[in-house]
Amino acid sequence: MEIREGLYYSKDHEWVRVEGNRAYVGITDYAQDSLGSIVYVELPTEGKELSKGDVLGVVESVKAASDIFSPISGTVVEVNQALADNPELINESPYENHIAVLSFEKADELKELLSPAQYEDLTKGE
Amino acid sequence: MMDRRTPLYQVQKQMGARFTSFGGWELPVSYTDIIAEHQLVRTKAGLFDVSHMGEIKITGKDAVKALNRLITNDLAPVPVGKILYSPMCYENGTVVDDILIYKFSDEELLLVVNAGNTQKDHEWIKSQITGDVMAENLSDNYAQLALQGPEAENIIKKILDEDTELPGFYRFTEASLLGMKVLLSRTGYTGEDGFEIYLWLPDSCAESEKLWNGILEAGKDKGIAPIGLGARDTLRLEAALPLYGHELSENITPLEAGLKTFIKMNKDDYIGKTTLARQMEHGLDRKLYGFEMVDRGIPRNGYDVVKDGNKIGYVTSGGILPSLSKNGGLALLNNPDLQDGETIEILIRERLCKAVLVQLPFYKKKYKR
Repeated sequence: MEIREGLYYSKDHEWVRVEGNRAYVGITDYAQDSLGSIVYVELPTEGKELSKGDVLGVVESVKAASDIFSPISGTVVEVNQALADNPELINESPYENHIAVLSFEKADELKELLSPAQYEDLTKGE
Repeated sequence: MMDRRTPLYQVQKQMGARFTSFGGWELPVSYTDIIAEHQLVRTKAGLFDVSHMGEIKITGKDAVKALNRLITNDLAPVPVGKILYSPMCYENGTVVDDILIYKFSDEELLLVVNAGNTQKDHEWIKSQITGDVMAENLSDNYAQLALQGPEAENIIKKILDEDTELPGFYRFTEASLLGMKVLLSRTGYTGEDGFEIYLWLPDSCAESEKLWNGILEAGKDKGIAPIGLGARDTLRLEAALPLYGHELSENITPLEAGLKTFIKMNKDDYIGKTTLARQMEHGLDRKLYGFEMVDRGIPRNGYDVVKDGNKIGYVTSGGILPSLSKNGGLALLNNPDLQDGETIEILIRERLCKAVLVQLPFYKKKYKR
């Protein structure tokens, strides 16, 4: 199960890549593997304001719909449209296919996220 | 309380199965990918572990008469070697369970029941049967496999020990497969031709594993693979086969679920007959419909169905219909007069998504009658 360096992780199996004040959010390799084939992604609308923990979007496998929780507070500035027609991209390359990009201000919230090593401990325990 | 496991748990784990909890059992939901497994059963063959199903033996001089009083279909004309599908109802016409009845003789019947209802069914039957008759729960003594798909017949022929004639549709026979005595029936829950195989269990898992591996080996050149519950559900949904707890329950009558063919009025009294007769006479207040999505979105069990701004019912089962490359499902609606082609809306997470009513089944069954 790949855990990529240089990313922040949430305990709900999301990853965050920070570029300035933009945060790219996706789901981890562990998450896509647990879900199985992803058949539908509900993307957030651009401009949506989210607090940490709010539902950012939904990823659906054949059997179930899974909420994606926003790991940080921010405003949705971009969504990955490619996932609308090809949701399976998340299974193929979970770290290359973010779900949304948020512009954020509360840098402190990043400190509350997990490091790759901490995330690895989490997945080993599950 | 921990989920139970079938004798095939270890071998399935070795094959890379992903497990889930279902009706008190830990069972494979898929081995590779649900949609791929679904397509394989439709085009070649798949092997399911259905050992979680319950088996109840009814014996005694009054076996047929006693059971016939509990079911809506008519057991009296059924010959030895044939299987009857029937709902079993409460006095108010709602469903205890939907079951299969294997007729061994006038004094011996084997009931195959839904896993989650086994104890409930056994208690119900014991409390309701009268006369020279007994009901035994033998579920722990059986392992059960299902081999389904267009290649099923070719595969089973390779492991049949003698020149046993294969049973016809909804018939069963005792047979010897790979040196093991089994009960072989031409039944299934996929809409494809296939067999269900019952193995009387010894103490070890060895015989079940031998049967499981043997069938997979025999079907290797036909492309057989093990199939999990995920595909079992998409397959039965396409064939519009009811699932207890969804299309049938203690709140739904078999008439509402579209099972009129299995409800006989020209037989002696049975539990629920009066209520069902009345429902037939007065007409239904609500009815099960099939629908396909028009807008994007996946309908799921429990989602509201809306028409002209009003909630008119809910989705009983929904999801992906892989053979149609569409999403769709079944819904219980409060309007019994809707027509095919009419539009409804499914409330999917605060968004109303358009769907259209369609004739059932979604996928035409390929039974070899």
